[in-house]
Amino acid sequence: MIELTYSRAADVDDAVRTAADGRGRYLGGGTNLVDLMRETVETPSALVDVTGLSREIAPTAGGGLMIGAAARNTAVAEHEAVRSGYPMLARAIVAGASAQIRNMATVGGNLLQRTRCTYFYDTDGSRCNKRNPGEGCDAIEGFNRMHAILGASSACVATHPSDMCVALAALDAVVHLRSLSGERTVDLCDLHRLPDDRPDVETVLEPGELITAVTLPAPNPAERSTYRKVRDRSSYAFALVSVAAAVELDGDVVAGARLALGGVAPKPWRARRAEEALRGRPATEATFLRAADAELADARPLAGNAFKVELARRTLVAVLGHLTEGGRP
Amino acid sequence: MINGREAPVPGDARVSLLDFLREHLELHGTKKGCNQGACGACTVLVDGERVLSCLALAVQYEGREVTTIEGLGTDGGLHPLQQAFIDHDGFQCGYCTPGQICSAVGMIEELRRGVPSYVTDDLAVTDLGFGHDELRERMSGNLCRCGAYNGIVDAITDVYGEHGT
Repeated sequence: MIELTYSRAADVDDAVRTAADGRGRYLGGGTNLVDLMRETVETPSALVDVTGLSREIAPTAGGGLMIGAAARNTAVAEHEAVRSGYPMLARAIVAGASAQIRNMATVGGNLLQRTRCTYFYDTDGSRCNKRNPGEGCDAIEGFNRMHAILGASSACVATHPSDMCVALAALDAVVHLRSLSGERTVDLCDLHRLPDDRPDVETVLEPGELITAVTLPAPNPAERSTYRKVRDRSSYAFALVSVAAAVELDGDVVAGARLALGGVAPKPWRARRAEEALRGRPATEATFLRAADAELADARPLAGNAFKVELARRTLVAVLGHLTEGGRP
Repeated sequence: MINGREAPVPGDARVSLLDFLREHLELHGTKKGCNQGACGACTVLVDGERVLSCLALAVQYEGREVTTIEGLGTDGGLHPLQQAFIDHDGFQCGYCTPGQICSAVGMIEELRRGVPSYVTDDLAVTDLGFGHDELRERMSGNLCRCGAYNGIVDAITDVYGEHGT
């Protein structure tokens, strides 16, 4: 039997000291890690419970918002400052999982949740480069309806499953990290890596490094924003495609846009090409189509998910249309 | 604390709250459906909030107040939701029912608190009312393979509909 110890971190210093040898895992709500351990995808020797660390949600000096990494997903979605200043984030969170899971899951854990690729979980029957680098990927020639069309590699086509992260990517969130070597920050958009030839290395975190908080810049009151998710059933399912979008108009012209896509890539996909194609252009469907096409020009669909290219295109155009027409997104 | 009684946590950190309830404490009301967080059959209340006991490690819940279906009603003293599920045919095989009822108890508190859902139109509104769409969206984490959803919705509405928020 694999040895497993459990401890509750008293504070951040205690947590990073306990996990410094790199063999332990930080435990949040457990909604993904417990499942991964049960399937023996993850086999840590120590669990360091960090749910007792900061779950504070508080304004920052610059008019933004700081969210402690131990804050539960529900607590973030229901917080007045999130509902009023970052409605896209509240909507993304309640689009994800179920109420029970949102009550358990922490912000830090949500950022570090792993793909739901079924081949990744099938430790007995499938090859997976994310689990065992170099052994091959059974998804590429297999059932890949849910898999990535952007940013994947010949080693891995898995998607990042989070809804919350898609909104955080569009909101220019910053992730605060702590380790024995000190503190640092990483932009949310730079936290997750693309797979290339090392799909097992999913983030830029160093071994033992702990996420302590996420900060959001001050809201832009001129922006309208929302989060839309398209999935196989109307609730409690992972995204086929999702869109987080914030648009600022100057008359009939798009002054600026912040866009991110979910369900289509190995990481929350900030759609900067689409943003660039929108900026300074009239807010018309023709503009939106050009922007979507610019973003999706590099899409590389698999045998089972070619529909995602058109679905992403239509969803992006529909969301931009709603945000610029004055109707409810 | 489980249903108001002290319970020593298991020595093995791997034991889920669900297995702790069923195998160690012989509280068999909480059901194991998928054991991977996809069905809601194992829903219990922790400090009044609904969670999935299959994805919870028991050791993590030391010092918390856990309520299972056994803590909500007794023989001869059914919880109003239990009676309503009977009255409205809110089940067929009954396997998902304890999870449905614990989930509904947690759900109504979330609604009263004004927690938004995916179908909440206006995020500024915290007096959410007790609409059909809100109820169905908020209960979507509890699957019923017999398809007794209409009876489940009727039962929950019967108990909480007028005073829901």
